[in-house]
Amino acid sequence: MSALQAATETVASHLHPTPSFDLADHPLPTGKEEVWRFTPLARLKPLLTGEFCDAFLDWQDNIPSTVIRGEITLAEAAELGVPAPMDRIAAMAVDKAKDAVLIDVPRGAEIAEPIVISLRGPGADATAFGQFVFKIGAHSSATIVLRHTGSVRYGASVSVLVGEEAKLNFVSLQDWTDDAVHAGQHSFRIGRGAQVKSVTASLGGSLIRLMETASFDGPGGELEQFGVYFVDAGQHVEHRLFVDHNQPNTASNVDYRGALQGKGAQAVWVGDVLIRKVAENISTYESNKNLVLTDGCRAESVPNLEIETGEIQGAGHSSTTGRFDDEQLFYLRSRGIPEAEARRLVVYGFFTDIIRRIGIAEIEERLMEALEKELEQVL
Amino acid sequence: MSTLEIKDLHVEVETESGPKQILKGVDLVVRSGEVHAIMGPNGSGKSTMAYSIAGHPKYTITQGSVKLDGVELTGLSVDERAKAGLFLAMQYPIEVPGVSVANFLRTAKTALDGEAPKVRTWVKDVNAALDRLGLDATFSSRSLNEGFSGGEKKRNEIVQLELLNPKFAILDETDSGLDIDALRIVSEGVNRYTSQGDRGVLLITHYTRILNYIKPDFVHVFVDGRVVAEGGPELAENLEVEGYDKFLKLAGV
Repeated sequence: MSALQAATETVASHLHPTPSFDLADHPLPTGKEEVWRFTPLARLKPLLTGEFCDAFLDWQDNIPSTVIRGEITLAEAAELGVPAPMDRIAAMAVDKAKDAVLIDVPRGAEIAEPIVISLRGPGADATAFGQFVFKIGAHSSATIVLRHTGSVRYGASVSVLVGEEAKLNFVSLQDWTDDAVHAGQHSFRIGRGAQVKSVTASLGGSLIRLMETASFDGPGGELEQFGVYFVDAGQHVEHRLFVDHNQPNTASNVDYRGALQGKGAQAVWVGDVLIRKVAENISTYESNKNLVLTDGCRAESVPNLEIETGEIQGAGHSSTTGRFDDEQLFYLRSRGIPEAEARRLVVYGFFTDIIRRIGIAEIEERLMEALEKELEQVL
Repeated sequence: MSTLEIKDLHVEVETESGPKQILKGVDLVVRSGEVHAIMGPNGSGKSTMAYSIAGHPKYTITQGSVKLDGVELTGLSVDERAKAGLFLAMQYPIEVPGVSVANFLRTAKTALDGEAPKVRTWVKDVNAALDRLGLDATFSSRSLNEGFSGGEKKRNEIVQLELLNPKFAILDETDSGLDIDALRIVSEGVNRYTSQGDRGVLLITHYTRILNYIKPDFVHVFVDGRVVAEGGPELAENLEVEGYDKFLKLAGV
């Protein structure tokens, strides 16, 4: 395990458990732990125990010939610098998946067409784990979409290693049917001067719980993280973000927005940002907004900033959870727009504000379609 | 010929220490073709009158009536009041992120007319209205009021006034925060609207400056939730010289 241990950098933040590749370091949670306290663990059980996980996801892609697809061992993945699992499900995914799928965008490659990898679950009773490593070569540019459809209980470890000066647009679309369970970790390592835009859109599923981490391998890296989620009756959607400003002159901007409607709809957003002592001249802002459309929903929104140096350009966060803004509705209605339509317009604007920044027509259309469906239910 | 008739209007606003009465019996009649200036010191209830007539949920009408061509507005919802022919240009227009000016204008026009405007002429009309207010065509793709300068917000209100063309418009301190060029452009927009001859305006202002551009037919002075003086344009000139002190004393405030 020496290679793995060497690759495991301890995070000083008190907000996070110690990352580790060793499953034994991630005991079965009881639900009392800070990082698990919002999550309905019963629905996650097969992913926590790793039992009967022999299913596979159907795979389709349009990977061009310039991009290499291969398989690597855990040791090779660690050698590449894959971040260690932060929780038991990510550790289980690494443990059970054994080999990782490697998608390697070579140095300097400019991939104009979005690379779309579609994973389809075989059914709600199946359990599967997956491990992905995306290696984005220095000075390359690419757009990658990881799209999840169908149903399954799925535990995943997704690592995205972005080389120097590379430009990456990464979309993870959770477009599951309503009985799917999906949990795991998505991690970015951002090279010197690299620019990463990520979009996480969670539309379906019974339970989605993603730990999204980012750290920097050199100065000057920029991260923009956008998130969109629609949570309906009985659904639990949880995004836990951790941006580790461990290099100077880096920038991060996080903006996650969700709408909740229906009995028992629950959203959790935790946004942690750590600004280390070395991280001078950085800027960071994180924002989470929840629109609560009906009674019986619950939204948790927890931004955390840990600052170990004052020599920064700026750091801030905001979190709002609420019903419609009366002033917005009044303004629209004072122009003759009926109440129901004014509400739809506000929700539409709330999300298109994010969706329009994705820059991939196909994904924008899919999200707008999902948004339209969501709006039909808004009264 | 239309009439907006405000009778014995009493309005309360909810505060932390309970309901507070702001309007204490306002009577006012505006006929189409007339411009009425409502003037008064800060806190006299001018804006409260505007927002309560438009149906803002913060204000409760406890007594009195507001009729537009005989239709009682106080029993109508906010959007129904707009459909009845009322428009309020706000002092602080609200930001609606992600909703473009174009989308908003089209939605409002469709709601007011009961049918979507003709695509070809509508875009032309919108661009022409923007141009008249000194805004270029790209303005319509911006999010409604988001990141607009104070002047842009006010111009956008007048663009709406021209395109939606209501029977009656209440302009709540449309002049505040405008530089002299913007004030002239905005005033010209209001004058184009009134020059149709059959539209009525309630022009709420703290200062007489805008009255150099928009000539009122009547001036009403508001103090402490009531109209304490009424007259023609000469009353505004008088205020320009003497200020509100005399009226405050008369009202015993």
